[in-house]
Amino acid sequence: MGRKLLTEHINVEGIDTFEVYRKHGGYRSVEKALKTMTPDEVVEEVKKSGLRGRGGAGFPTGLKWSFLAKPEGVPRYLVCNADESEPGTFKDRQLMSKLPHLLIEGMITGSYALGARTSYIYIRGELLYVLRILEKAIAEAYAAGFLGENILGSGYSLDLHVHPGGGAYICGEETALLESLEGKRGNPRNKPPFPAVQGLYARPTVVNNVESIAAVPVIVNEGGEEYAKIGIGKSTGTKLISACGHLNKPGIYEIELGVPVEEFIYSDEYCGGIWKGRELKAVVAGGSSVPILPTELILKTAAGEPRLMTYESLSDGGFVTGTMLGSGGFIAMDETTCIVRNTWNFSRFYHHESCGQCSPCREGTGWLEKVLHRLEHGHGAMHDIDLLVSVAKQIEGNTICPLGEAAAWPVAAAVRHFRDEFEWHVKHPQEATRAGAVYPGKAVLA
Amino acid sequence: MEVTTAPAKPQFSAAAQAEIKRIITRYPEDRKKSALLPVLHIAQAEFGGWVSPEVQDLVAETLDLKPIEVYEVSSFYTMFNLKPVGKHVLEICRTGPCMLRGSDELTENLERITGAKVGETSPDGMFTIKMVECLAACGFAPVVQVREKYYESLETPEAVDAMLNELRSMIHRPILPWEEQKNNA
Repeated sequence: MGRKLLTEHINVEGIDTFEVYRKHGGYRSVEKALKTMTPDEVVEEVKKSGLRGRGGAGFPTGLKWSFLAKPEGVPRYLVCNADESEPGTFKDRQLMSKLPHLLIEGMITGSYALGARTSYIYIRGELLYVLRILEKAIAEAYAAGFLGENILGSGYSLDLHVHPGGGAYICGEETALLESLEGKRGNPRNKPPFPAVQGLYARPTVVNNVESIAAVPVIVNEGGEEYAKIGIGKSTGTKLISACGHLNKPGIYEIELGVPVEEFIYSDEYCGGIWKGRELKAVVAGGSSVPILPTELILKTAAGEPRLMTYESLSDGGFVTGTMLGSGGFIAMDETTCIVRNTWNFSRFYHHESCGQCSPCREGTGWLEKVLHRLEHGHGAMHDIDLLVSVAKQIEGNTICPLGEAAAWPVAAAVRHFRDEFEWHVKHPQEATRAGAVYPGKAVLA
Repeated sequence: MEVTTAPAKPQFSAAAQAEIKRIITRYPEDRKKSALLPVLHIAQAEFGGWVSPEVQDLVAETLDLKPIEVYEVSSFYTMFNLKPVGKHVLEICRTGPCMLRGSDELTENLERITGAKVGETSPDGMFTIKMVECLAACGFAPVVQVREKYYESLETPEAVDAMLNELRSMIHRPILPWEEQKNNA
């Protein structure tokens, strides 16, 4: 059984209240940081921990913090990215609604480290009920003297606010998020300048995912080196995995990085295997943007090594035979799943969510959706399959923000690993569009 | 000649005005525009689940913005309804993980039971069906959101019935926290 650094107390009754959270060791990191550490020392511990951004990019959090510009007399901001919208990912919602004070504690300690005097939690608008939970918890933290003027007599002051979005996946991209927080459409900004230099209101800003910020208290309490002892290599600490799709036990699992994928899917400690006694067909391991892998490649690398739940192991083989840990949105698909239909569904998502600024993404996502729609509905031609690959290639690398890649990668990977299923849709349009039809597989087709 | 009276200009309730005032203080003084999304949410809750052009103009006036600054934002974000809606908007998640657990079937069932097609309102004005993208509840699929509430794991007819019965019996929308605060004051 792995250690639970974030969710140890998640099922304690009343843990969403200040009193109970405090009784279980809550807010110790604020006391420790404000009373015994300099801001730079806190940054140093986060660097030592090896914590990598939990929103999907996996960029080292401590390094990101150290890039923050600190001109004299200019306010700077810590903004929490709680715009959780990557299909397959639902960990932050659970964390915030059940453990609101953990995020608030991380925000206070993090803001102290960065020298922010006002910080914001940008939460997706659909989660207004979670915003209410956070606001109630923030009010409790103010009342207890952990927010506001002169926190714990340290001389450090901080205001913390929650800000709702309005329904737009793109606002999970950090510069689109900042635009949105400024009351504008969520169009990603050109970089440079990066937010660390010119972010919110053109001030130096750090944007971190909920789970990254929630890891700060334990890093400060136990020390970065202790945290880094958990996990394997550059994948340190624990990660929340959102397990969904055709699993016996979908849900949120906090794992020590390094658990074998096979164990994660089949052991009763985690997902308990595939539902209805069926076989696993494919997995999208890190949210809908990452390449899909067939069963044989998600359980073992191309070299035959067991695949582990780490940044490195999941990306072993690059995009030819590997994928990414991403946000930890783990979508399992059983043997009855139509890969073409699923790919079309995700393409429709990205087309719907493209902000429309960059032509390759605005037009390309539309073409991907259109071509996949006709393949799925029995009107596709063989050359459509190569057309998908060609469109995906032309989007990739040609857009301001990574939504272009997020739309292109899943399509390219689906064709790479399941080309025969796409071809079957072209050759057998009537069979493929019959309700409940299942691609019979390579063996039957041959 | 027929005489028509212009519709009364919408006004925020006292509770909403107090909440808006509180929200504005969260942002730097010269950055009132930041309050736009939170205020649009309040407006939609206050004025029957959608934001008419008149309501958007009121939002603009409240935040010292030009109307276009509100229109371009309300049309970008999917949560703001720009046309009248039924009493309850059933926002059905249609994205991959929900599809894998039966959101297509759920949508067909809700269309059949309510008599409204996707994008329409039922003849009795009770339900509007709206398809939305991932609601971040994939482990509890399929999912429907109604205002601030998530109805999860709607895999059985019983679960769907329970949701619809609860909504049908709801005469008013739930009171929001800032409305309660005002009542206590």
